[in-house]
Amino acid sequence: MVKLVKKVFFFYYDGFRSMTIGRKLWIIILIKLFIIFAILKLFFFPDFLKTHFKTDQQRSNYVIEQLTK
Amino acid sequence: MEHFNLALVDWSRAQFALTALYHWLFVPLTLGTSFIIAIMETIYVKTGKDIWKRITKFWMVLFAINFAIGVATGIILEFEFGTNWSNYSWFVGDIFGAPLAIEGIMAFFLESTFFAVMFFGWNKVSKGFHLTSTWLVALGSNLSALWILVANAWMQNPVGMHFNPETARNEMVNFWAVLFSPTAINKFLHTISSAYVMSAIFVLGVSAWFLLKKRNQALAKRSMIVASTFGLIMSVFMVITGDESAREVFRVQPMKFASMEGLYHGQTDAPLTAVGFFTKTPKPEAPNANEWGPKIKIPGMLSYMAALNTHAYVPGINDLIHGNTAHNIISYYERIKMGKLAIAALKEFQLAKKAANDSVARTALKTFEANYKYFGYGYYNDPHKLIPDVPLVFYSFHTMVGLGLLFVLIFLLTLIYGLKGKLPVKRWILYVALWAIPFAYLAQEAGWMVAEFGRQPWVVQNYMPTLSAVSNINQTSVIITFFLFGVIFTVLLIAEIKIMLNQIKQLKDGGQQ
Repeated sequence: MVKLVKKVFFFYYDGFRSMTIGRKLWIIILIKLFIIFAILKLFFFPDFLKTHFKTDQQRSNYVIEQLTK
Repeated sequence: MEHFNLALVDWSRAQFALTALYHWLFVPLTLGTSFIIAIMETIYVKTGKDIWKRITKFWMVLFAINFAIGVATGIILEFEFGTNWSNYSWFVGDIFGAPLAIEGIMAFFLESTFFAVMFFGWNKVSKGFHLTSTWLVALGSNLSALWILVANAWMQNPVGMHFNPETARNEMVNFWAVLFSPTAINKFLHTISSAYVMSAIFVLGVSAWFLLKKRNQALAKRSMIVASTFGLIMSVFMVITGDESAREVFRVQPMKFASMEGLYHGQTDAPLTAVGFFTKTPKPEAPNANEWGPKIKIPGMLSYMAALNTHAYVPGINDLIHGNTAHNIISYYERIKMGKLAIAALKEFQLAKKAANDSVARTALKTFEANYKYFGYGYYNDPHKLIPDVPLVFYSFHTMVGLGLLFVLIFLLTLIYGLKGKLPVKRWILYVALWAIPFAYLAQEAGWMVAEFGRQPWVVQNYMPTLSAVSNINQTSVIITFFLFGVIFTVLLIAEIKIMLNQIKQLKDGGQQ
């Protein structure tokens, strides 16, 4: 089991180390994920119902109010 | 409608549309090239010829670039559900939650696990295991597409649910009805087959460039044979599923169907407009808003497309607005009345529940359930506001179909010339293949514009229009994020094009024979 885990680990480790274009792509992916989750999600995309209401009952009441106004 | 901030609705729609259109620039290439690569690697394993390994690895690099740039762009759409479309998110609750959860857990993990083997596993794992991994990546990416398309299909044709008036949520009562609805099946099959066609055009076009430059000709010729064969087969599938999809649209979204053809007045033996254009933008209020330039029509074809019968009656926009008793079409005026009853009844039900007045609640619930079918219509007073942008839907539909048919011809010609060994000398077809690439993207976007703009003003057909779906948030933040996304996505797109062009230009070991 330990041998297998080691094998899998080194498979990924060697793979990442020998990347060429892959390194550039991974940098792009990581920058993108940072922008998406650390900036966009935090500052621009709060979950409206989760942040404005504490319970599902309150959320239901609010949505029904919006739907029937 | 007066109490809705329509500017906020429009900006929210624009933001979502921008995100979705950009996201869809990356996805089809992933869906299709994953299978093309799997086919190429299969040929390599079967023949043992090194050229096929080099071919596979080259296209794998382009696949990886597209995948890396495109990955997670779809997550922003999910953010937008929660922030900008909170009423909608709540309303569709269980229906969206299940498919998207399955997408994330199953398909993504399947894809990303075997992705590593695909890239790191050359000469480290057996040929068979590597090939299996490549096929599993293709399967995984297409399974991702399945679940999101099932969710979108439900928006077009809501089935398998029960609306709970106490929680204002649609609760899934039949998962299989949602998964196997004819709308979902046709949407999935047509979307993926069109993605395969687009990917085949991409491979064809890039290979054509190599032949025009007289570089990597061995790779290019072989790639073109694979791409044109795959593309041709998938084109046939795309046309068949497109035809089935149109019939499904006729059945469940007759207003969209009429808009696709710019059909204002219903008729039997309805012709399909092969080529046509509006000389005047039709005003939906004008009963004879039907200003056309010269048209090339195919007699009876629209009726056939709708109902497999060239004499079938196809209702026009005005039949839907005003009703047509001869063809059992209930008018939008009637639907609006029933919708208003449903909205009022839901309000009354809520108030009665709060006041613990069970008999009033029961009566209100009965009224609500009797009229719920047309709930969304109750937000409107003028039925003409329920007509989508007809020219936009018309031109998108005809652009998509026209280009789709053109691609069939391109695949046929490149396959014939390819099998005869004449591709390097037929430079005109090489230029056609190369320049088809941007048009393949245009066809993809046009298809989604038909699907989504054609559904307007609905976000959930008949039940929820976009104006009641948006969150009550600051319009300024929506405007800011609209332009922010415009910049971010454009930067990503430029990065992808640059990196891809570099890889294409740098390729040296593609062989010459």
